[in-house]
Amino acid sequence: MENGKIIDLESIVKDYPMGRTTLTALNNVSLTFGPGEFAGLVGPSGSGKTTLLNIIGSLDTPTSGRAEVLGKDVGCLSPKDAARLRNLHIGFIFQTFNLLPVYTAYENVEFPLLLLGMDAAARKKAVMDALAWVGLADRARSRPGQMSGGQNQRVAIARAVVKKPEIVLADEPTANLDAENSHKILDTMVELNKSLGTTFVFATHDPKVIEHLRRKIVLVDGRVERDERQP
Amino acid sequence: MIIPKLSIRNILGAGTKTWLNAVVLSLAFVTIIWGQSLFRGINEEASRSMIDMQIGGGQYWVEGYDPFDPFSLEKAHAPLPPPLQAAVAAGDATPILIVQATVYPEGRVLPAELRGIDPGQKALATFPSSSISGPPDIVPALIGARMAKAAGLAKGDAVTVRWRDAKGTFDARDLVVVETFTTTLQTIDAGQIWIPLEELRKMAAMPGEATMAVVRQGFQPAAVPGWIFRDLGFLKKDLDAFIKTKTIGMSIFYVLLMFLALLAVFNTQVLSVFRRRREIGTMIALGMTRARVIGLFTLEGALQSILAVLIGGVYGIPFLAWFKAHGWELPGGQADNFGLTIGNVLYPIYSVGLVAGTAALVFLATAIVSFLPARQIARLKPTDALKGKLK
Repeated sequence: MENGKIIDLESIVKDYPMGRTTLTALNNVSLTFGPGEFAGLVGPSGSGKTTLLNIIGSLDTPTSGRAEVLGKDVGCLSPKDAARLRNLHIGFIFQTFNLLPVYTAYENVEFPLLLLGMDAAARKKAVMDALAWVGLADRARSRPGQMSGGQNQRVAIARAVVKKPEIVLADEPTANLDAENSHKILDTMVELNKSLGTTFVFATHDPKVIEHLRRKIVLVDGRVERDERQP
Repeated sequence: MIIPKLSIRNILGAGTKTWLNAVVLSLAFVTIIWGQSLFRGINEEASRSMIDMQIGGGQYWVEGYDPFDPFSLEKAHAPLPPPLQAAVAAGDATPILIVQATVYPEGRVLPAELRGIDPGQKALATFPSSSISGPPDIVPALIGARMAKAAGLAKGDAVTVRWRDAKGTFDARDLVVVETFTTTLQTIDAGQIWIPLEELRKMAAMPGEATMAVVRQGFQPAAVPGWIFRDLGFLKKDLDAFIKTKTIGMSIFYVLLMFLALLAVFNTQVLSVFRRRREIGTMIALGMTRARVIGLFTLEGALQSILAVLIGGVYGIPFLAWFKAHGWELPGGQADNFGLTIGNVLYPIYSVGLVAGTAALVFLATAIVSFLPARQIARLKPTDALKGKLK
């Protein structure tokens, strides 16, 4: 983590073999992210947004180049170390919420803390705090099937931030939500970004999200076309 | 402790699916215990019955006696040597004399063995020898139900018997059936006629002689010249071999039963694991290692076997207890067709080892069939699992 960079991507290339040919999803991408950023990877479908997010989240590795997250080279991590990096430092928010269906909201938010081995009392406080941040303390006992899409996504946000990670990666977080819920979700994330100092990196092509971003990285065909920061 | 905690949370959260699986598995669990205990009961009864009515604590055979060769009977008799006489006097042994004979019930001719036994003997605990007594002018005879049926004889009937004595002279006499008995042992029933030992010795001109001497259980045998001691291992050899054969047959049945139950669990686990691949991807994304994912799904499956044991206990304990008390009454004549010396009412024998062993087997087998699909799915790339892809 030199010079305040918590994510340092250098000449990232990601190829996918497609039969006899190769699809290049990312082509020589170099980017850095600092603490507390509220940034988005913007671009049309197939531009490489999710692929880049997956590499940052140590769910995938680059074909070439170096992806350093919190000082750790993602390409060199063992699956166990990658899991530990995600567990300790990275929160994920998915387009389809990806809540565990048989768990209540409370249990879903509690899950990453169980993996961390946090003690019961601290865990309970953290979970209830996280649910309170997203305004769902009263739905702690509800299961995903008993809540609306917006509420589910707020549970997912609570799950992503409950361990107060340095980085939250959100892949099209508003794609399955209506305008009202999208705004609520984004307001929540902006608030958490400010209060917790967490770096948020989005993959999105939703204009509602884009207007909230303080940094917009436009990807086209796997290349960074523009990297715009708002003053 | 996270994996057990999550496993319990998952299987309870899965609701009906979990309970259905557990019920199916519990049926296999209870059926295996029921079948095994019944089979153990049959084996135990066969063995006990054989000891109490036929072989006691072992037998001394006069040299040359071969139960499978009727011609050996002609020479297979000798005076009891002093050690055996002492054992008889002490009530530790009872001599039996066997003479080949022919009976003529209702004008028919049937080969038979005349067996002389002391009516007051104690070596064979449940053999009804005391019933062969009667007025001095008749020769009382005791026959088993199978012999009675084959010869068309009943209690009170007289039947002519012909034999050859020690000097080779043929003789004949009428016997009176004073009692019939029911036994699971065909070898002391079919073709056998029991009469008082001293009577047979007189008829066969073999005073003081015997073909064998049965000792009571716990008797310490010593070498007796001219006589060979056959211990329980030898005398029960055929029975043990037969039980072993039956056990193999029954084991195949249990394996099939387990296989069917496990197939149901495996099928459900495969469906469950593949249906939950996005969930698995999410867990990995949240920081769960592959090993923990495999452990979680394996334990989930294995916990179903614990549920199965609990469910099986709810209905199995009363059922098995009732079965123990009432037994299983076989339809008429079926006991003889089983091929083993079994009673008309079969009683199971349970043991902690049987229940614990079966539970362990079910647990282990369920864990294995849960592990296989979990291992397979955990090999997926997290990015593919998150998308619900299968590669």
